[in-house]
Amino acid sequence: MKLHRIALSSCAIAILVLSQGCGRQGGSGSSAAQEDTLSGEISVVGSTTVQPVAERLAEAFEALHPGAVINVQGGGSSVGVTSAGESSAEIGSVSRDIAQSELDQYPSLVIHTIARDGIAIIANTDVAVSDLSLDQIRGVFSGSVMNWSQVGGPDSPIIVVSREEGSGTRDAFEELVLGEGSQMAGSAILQPSNGAILTTVAGTPASVGYLSFGYLDPSVKTISIDGVAPTPGSAAAGTYPVVRPLNLVTNGEATGLARAWIDFIYSADGQAIVAEEGYLPVN
Amino acid sequence: MSIRKAGMTRKHLSDLVMKSIFRISAFASVAIVVLIGLFILREALPAFREIGVWKLLTGTEWRPGQNLFGLLSMIAGSGLVTLGAIVLGLPLALGCGIFMAEIAPAWIRGIVKPSIELLAGIPSVIFGLFGMVVLVPLVRGIDYPGNAGFGLLSASIVLAVMILPTIASVSEVAIRSVPDEYRQGALALGSTRWETIRKVILPAARSGILSAVVLGLGRAVGETIAMIMVIGNSVMMPTAAGGDPLGIFLSRARTLTGNIAVEMNYATGLHSQALFATGVILFLLIMVINSTARALMARSMGSSR
Repeated sequence: MKLHRIALSSCAIAILVLSQGCGRQGGSGSSAAQEDTLSGEISVVGSTTVQPVAERLAEAFEALHPGAVINVQGGGSSVGVTSAGESSAEIGSVSRDIAQSELDQYPSLVIHTIARDGIAIIANTDVAVSDLSLDQIRGVFSGSVMNWSQVGGPDSPIIVVSREEGSGTRDAFEELVLGEGSQMAGSAILQPSNGAILTTVAGTPASVGYLSFGYLDPSVKTISIDGVAPTPGSAAAGTYPVVRPLNLVTNGEATGLARAWIDFIYSADGQAIVAEEGYLPVN
Repeated sequence: MSIRKAGMTRKHLSDLVMKSIFRISAFASVAIVVLIGLFILREALPAFREIGVWKLLTGTEWRPGQNLFGLLSMIAGSGLVTLGAIVLGLPLALGCGIFMAEIAPAWIRGIVKPSIELLAGIPSVIFGLFGMVVLVPLVRGIDYPGNAGFGLLSASIVLAVMILPTIASVSEVAIRSVPDEYRQGALALGSTRWETIRKVILPAARSGILSAVVLGLGRAVGETIAMIMVIGNSVMMPTAAGGDPLGIFLSRARTLTGNIAVEMNYATGLHSQALFATGVILFLLIMVINSTARALMARSMGSSR
């Protein structure tokens, strides 16, 4: 009886799969080009910063190639590196530079920088200071500068807001601003998402934090660095110093569907989507 | 005769079936606890081996990027926020329980009891949201160095409200189960109502009230999302920056549960194993709380007889 049931259900599955395959072919046959052989399924796992733009790029690509399925998942930048390195996903996404230790662990990783993203220093709207040097910012976030009066503001303690350990935005910020010598102040308020950072800084007087350009909104003020305001223009021109790459990584050179998708991202259409999402195109 | 006999055996059979079903459910719940414990322990074992139990428990630095995994500041955070919640919540909850059991007329109790039950049913994220939007700005008004509103005081208040329904309803049941003779005896001897409650009923209901407190403790130690939203999650030893020792409650902190929830998404390798180790410590902490309570209850029950 058991065998009977297994046979029956596998028959049903086979019929389902066949009929679905037929349906797809019928749908695409008329519109897409005859030589379109791109089909199959790949997964893209990693950074939650890359996730929204990757989803849009996947949708646009799937619309062009109806046989292709690209699954985009989050998990974080470190998960992106591990997934690609251990081939549990075809593509990993990483919203920071790949660390040397990661390259040592997975020497066959190939890095594709698909966009760049600026990280803005934000503050509560009541903060009087609106320009800081990179050194001062380092002091504020590492805890050696603890009062706004030390950087030209009124006498009021600085409240630092940061992302949690392991976040790609935090990793990039630590690498680009704090550098090797200093580390994030222990007393920093830690919030586990970009949205929570925005709410906390907007609601806490005298607070300061950092945020990807894509999430900026008028509820907080931005602080320029050495006179350069955080705008897509200054980041593209190279004058704004806190800019990180958004990377895709593959284990060895990308092939097949993964290759085609990455090529699509580098095309004019793909880069237009990148710009629409608030990131800086790479071409 | 034979019909009755058949009926009897059917009855016995149903007894037997039900008995084994109940037995299986009881064993299943024990098995689930054991399995979860073993799973967490297995995942955490590499962390205990590589970092060392002592370093995990007494280290004050938690910097996964530099392979520093010390949980002492979070143990302190969990401990202090629980203490704060009990100090703030217990009088309120106990008062509520006494009122419902001894003082309130039926119609008032008919309003109070469902409201408290409703309070117990509110999802913890709502408490967190309330804390973040209402309490944190209020607490921020206290003039104290480094106070940002986020911290142990806000978290303790939120937690006090969250454990209130548990303590209030369990202690109400305990007080209600004190035999009426005690009450009448005390009143007949000329005690006032307050003397009766304080000197007769509360001591008699002591073990039940204690178990109410312990249930509240368990809920407090385990609460996660509401804590993340109001406590600041800073990895630091809570300190009284302005001298006054009570100021420690204005310090930011992180709880053991919050440590797991905030960082699990991104953790890999030793970092993830260290978070499982956090889970093991949490597990042990709750086991210690529960068994202490059991011991206390057994003792107080023995002495009240």
